[in-house]
Amino acid sequence: MADVTLMKTPAESALAQAFESAKNMLPGNAESRAQAFEQFSSRGLPHRRVEEFKYTDLRALLREIAPFANVPSAEEAKAALRESKAFADVSALQVPFVNGHFVREAVDFHNLPEGIEIVPLREALANGHEWLAKLSPVTWASDNPIYQLNTSFMADGVMIRVAGAVETPVHLRFVTAAGSAVATATRVLVVVEDDASVTLLESHESTDGTNHQPNDVMEMIAGDRSNVQHVRLNAEGDKTLALSTLAMKIGGEATFNSINVVAGAATSRHQVYAILDGENTNLRVNGASMLKGSQHSDSTLVVEHNALHCESRELFKTVIDNEATGVFQGKIIVPHHAQKTDGRMMSAALLLAEGGSMNNKPELEIFADDVQCAHGATCGQLDEDLLFYLMARGLPKKDAESLLVQAFLGEAIEFVENESAREALVTTVESWLKARA
Amino acid sequence: MPAVQETIDQVRSIDVDQYKYGFETEVEMEKAPKGLSEDVIRFISAKKGEPEWMLQWRLDAYKRWLTMKEPNWARVSYDKIDYNDIYYYAAPKNNPAPKSLDEVDPEILKTYEKLGIPLREQEILAGVEPQNRVAVDAVFDSVSVATTFKEELKKAGVIFMPISEAIREYPDLVRQYLGTVVPVTDNFFATLNSAVFTDGSFVYVPPGVRCPMELSTYFRINEKNTGQFERTLIIADKGSYVSYLEGCTAPKRDENQLHAAVVELIALDDAEIKYSTVQNWYPGDAHGKGGIYNFVTKRGDCRGKNSVITWTQVETGSAITWKYPSCILRGDNSRGEFYSIAVSNGMQQVDSGTKMIHLGKNTTSRIISKGIAAGKSENTYRGLVSAHRKATGARNFTNCDSLLIGNQCGAHTVPYIESKNSTAVFEHEATTSKISEDQMFYCQQRGLSEEEATALIVNGFVKDVLQQLPMEFAVEAQKLISISLEGSVG
Repeated sequence: MADVTLMKTPAESALAQAFESAKNMLPGNAESRAQAFEQFSSRGLPHRRVEEFKYTDLRALLREIAPFANVPSAEEAKAALRESKAFADVSALQVPFVNGHFVREAVDFHNLPEGIEIVPLREALANGHEWLAKLSPVTWASDNPIYQLNTSFMADGVMIRVAGAVETPVHLRFVTAAGSAVATATRVLVVVEDDASVTLLESHESTDGTNHQPNDVMEMIAGDRSNVQHVRLNAEGDKTLALSTLAMKIGGEATFNSINVVAGAATSRHQVYAILDGENTNLRVNGASMLKGSQHSDSTLVVEHNALHCESRELFKTVIDNEATGVFQGKIIVPHHAQKTDGRMMSAALLLAEGGSMNNKPELEIFADDVQCAHGATCGQLDEDLLFYLMARGLPKKDAESLLVQAFLGEAIEFVENESAREALVTTVESWLKARA
Repeated sequence: MPAVQETIDQVRSIDVDQYKYGFETEVEMEKAPKGLSEDVIRFISAKKGEPEWMLQWRLDAYKRWLTMKEPNWARVSYDKIDYNDIYYYAAPKNNPAPKSLDEVDPEILKTYEKLGIPLREQEILAGVEPQNRVAVDAVFDSVSVATTFKEELKKAGVIFMPISEAIREYPDLVRQYLGTVVPVTDNFFATLNSAVFTDGSFVYVPPGVRCPMELSTYFRINEKNTGQFERTLIIADKGSYVSYLEGCTAPKRDENQLHAAVVELIALDDAEIKYSTVQNWYPGDAHGKGGIYNFVTKRGDCRGKNSVITWTQVETGSAITWKYPSCILRGDNSRGEFYSIAVSNGMQQVDSGTKMIHLGKNTTSRIISKGIAAGKSENTYRGLVSAHRKATGARNFTNCDSLLIGNQCGAHTVPYIESKNSTAVFEHEATTSKISEDQMFYCQQRGLSEEEATALIVNGFVKDVLQQLPMEFAVEAQKLISISLEGSVG
C-alpha cells in the first residue's frame, strides 16, 4: 500500500492523541503497547472495504472517541454495582469492574473458592507477573484492529487460574456508569488447567443515553479434559458502542461451551476466535441477539480445527425488529492435518418488521479430505402457518409472535447448563418481548 | 467421509494431463501490434469497420481502465500479467471474413472437425434429430470464422451473428443494450474487455418467438501470445425463449493466456434465456505451467416481469477461473437459476460462484453448486444473494457442496447472504426437506435413504438442465454429472 497516503479520520487522530497522552500512565511494558498501536494506526479504523468489516464499518460508526475512563472512587463503584442487575439471582463469585477498572475491594482474596486464583491485571502488568506470558493464546487475533486497540489501551483486568472442579460460578460483572461518555479497555485471562472445570458468567451493563465505548477482551486457555461453560450477556445501554473479543485455545478431550446474548448496545461487535488444539474436543459457540430500533449487532467467529477428531457446533440466532441490522460472519478453518473434523455452523435470522436487514457470511476453508463440515444460513419472517395456528387457538397476534420468537431464541439458549443463568437469559428474552408489545 | 473410488477415477479421467484439445492449428495469422494502446484499439475498430460511436466507447473504456487496479480479493494467485506483452487481435490472414464455409481456411475447418464441432448444416441434419439442431458461431482467436443456420434463423426473426457484424448491421439495437448490464466501468477485466473486445455473438429474439434451435458459440484460442476478449450480448424480447451454449478449448502451451470475456443477457417481460457453458480451456500441466486465465464477467438482467435466466456451467478447464455468472432480478416475479459443477485438478485455481440480486417483488432464485477439488488445486465457491428493500416476497434456495480428493487441495465456501426485506426468505443449504417434501417423501417411501433421495433429487435437477445440452457438448458434461458427491464436505 505504498502508493496510498493514509488520511486520518478525526477519530483516528483522537485515538493517536489519546494514546500519546496515556501511554506513560498505563501499566506494564510500554513497548508492546506502542507496537500494537503502531500496527493499528498503519491501517487505521477498519471500514467496509476491509473484508472482515464489510458489514460493520467502524470508520463510519466510530466518529468520536470518548475519553478513557478514570478509576472510580469507592463510593462511585459501590453505587454503580448497586444498580447492576445482570444475573442477580445466580449465586456466584463476584469479580466486578466499574468503568473498566477492577473493584478489588469487592473481592475477598482470602476466601476464594477452592481452585480459584485471581491476580489483578494492573498489578501484574506493573510487576511483570509470570502469567503475562500466557496472554494472546490465539496469535492471529493480534492482527485484528479491535484487539490491537485493546492491547494498546488495556488499563485493567484480571487473570484467573482455575485448578480442579470449581462448583461456584465466577461472575465477571462489567458496569459502566460514568455520567458522561467514556471509553474503557479491559483484558481478562482465564487459565483452566488440565482436568479442571468452571462456569464463567460475564455481563456488560452501562447507563442508557450515554455514548460509552467499551472494548473488552477475554482470553482463555482451556487445558486437556477441561470443561468450560461460558455465558456472556450484553445488556449495554442504548447508546453504547461495544466491541468485544473472546479468544480461546482449547486442549484435547475438552468441552467448551460459550454463548453470547445480545440485549443491548446501539452498536456491538463480538468476535470469537477459537483454536481447537487437541484431539477429540467439543466446542459449542452460540449466539442469541435481540435487536430493535436502529441497533446494529455483529457476531464474528473464526474456528480453527487444529487437531484430529474435533467437533464444533455454532448456532447463531438473530431476531430483528424495526430498522435494526444483524450481521453474522463465521468461518471454519480445517487444515489438512485436522482429519475427521466434524463442524457445523448455522445462522438463522428472523425479521419482524419491514425496515430490518440481516447479513450472513458463513464461510468454510477446508484442506482436509476426510471431514464433515456444513454451514447453513436462513433469513426470513415468522412462519405464517405457525402464527395462524396459534391465533386460531385464541392467542392475540403479539403473543403468538412472542411465543414463536421465544422458541426461536430458546434453541440457542437451552445449552446453558447453569439453571439459574439460563433462567436469567430466558427472562431477558421475555422482557425484550414485553418491551416490544 | 472420503470420496468414493468411482468419483476418484472419474476425476482422474479428466485430470490436467488427459487434456484432449491441446493440439495447435497452423494458420497464418494477422495480428495487431503487440501491446495495448489507443492505436491498437483504433486498429481493432478499423478492422471491424465500426462506426465512430463504437470506437469512442472503446477509447473511453481504455481511459477508464488505465486508472483501475487489478482486483486481488479472489482466492487465486498468479504472477503479474504484463498487459503490454499480449496481442489483442489475431485473425486468420487468409480471408478473415469469409462469406461462406467454402472460403474458410481448410486448416481451420479441420480444427473444428477435430473438436467435434459441426460447421456444415447438412451434416448436422444428417446426424441428429431436427429438433436438436444447433446453430454454431465459431470464434477462432479474435474473429468469428463461421456462423451456421443464419438464414433459417432469420426467417424466424432471430438475429444470430458475430457481434462485430451486428454493430455494422443493427447499430441501433446493439447501442441500445450494449453495456447496460455490465457497464463499461464495472470491473477491471470488464473495462479491459470493453476497450479491446474483438468478437463474440449477438442474439436478438423478437417478441413471442421461441428460437427454433439451440444457439451456440465455440471459442477456440489458437495463436500464441494472444488474449481472447469476446463479448456476447443476448436479448430475449417479450415472451420469447432462447437457449444458448458456449464451449471453449485452447492448445497446450507453456505460457499463460488471458481470456477476459463479457457476457450480457437481457430478458424482457415473460422472456426466458438459458445459458450453458462447457468450459474446457487448457488447464496447464501437472506442475502448473501454462494454461488459460479465465477472468470473465457474466451477468443477466431479468428486466421484464416474469422473466427467467438460467446459468448452467460445467467447469473443468483453465489454470485460473474467476467468474461469477449473476442475475439481476429486476422484473416482478422474475427467476434466476445457477447450476454449476466445477472440477479442479493439478494446480488449477477456481474462484467461482454467482450473484442473485433480488430487486423486484416475488423474485425467486436457486443456486446449486458442486465443487470438486483434486490434486493440488484450490476450489472456492463465492456467492452473493441479496434482497433489496422493495424485493417483497423474494425467495432463494442455495445448496453448495464441495468434495476434496486427497489432502493437498482446498475447498472453500464464501457465501454472502444479505436481506433488507423482512418478507424475503433465504435458505442457504438449509434442511434437505426444503427441496421438495413431496419428492423426498416419494423417494423415501420407496426405500431410499434420506441422503440417497436428496442426491437423486439434486442430481436429477442438474441433469434436467444439462441434458438439454446438444450432443456435441453433452458428453463431457454427462460424465461429470454422474460423479457422485458421496463424501461431500458441505
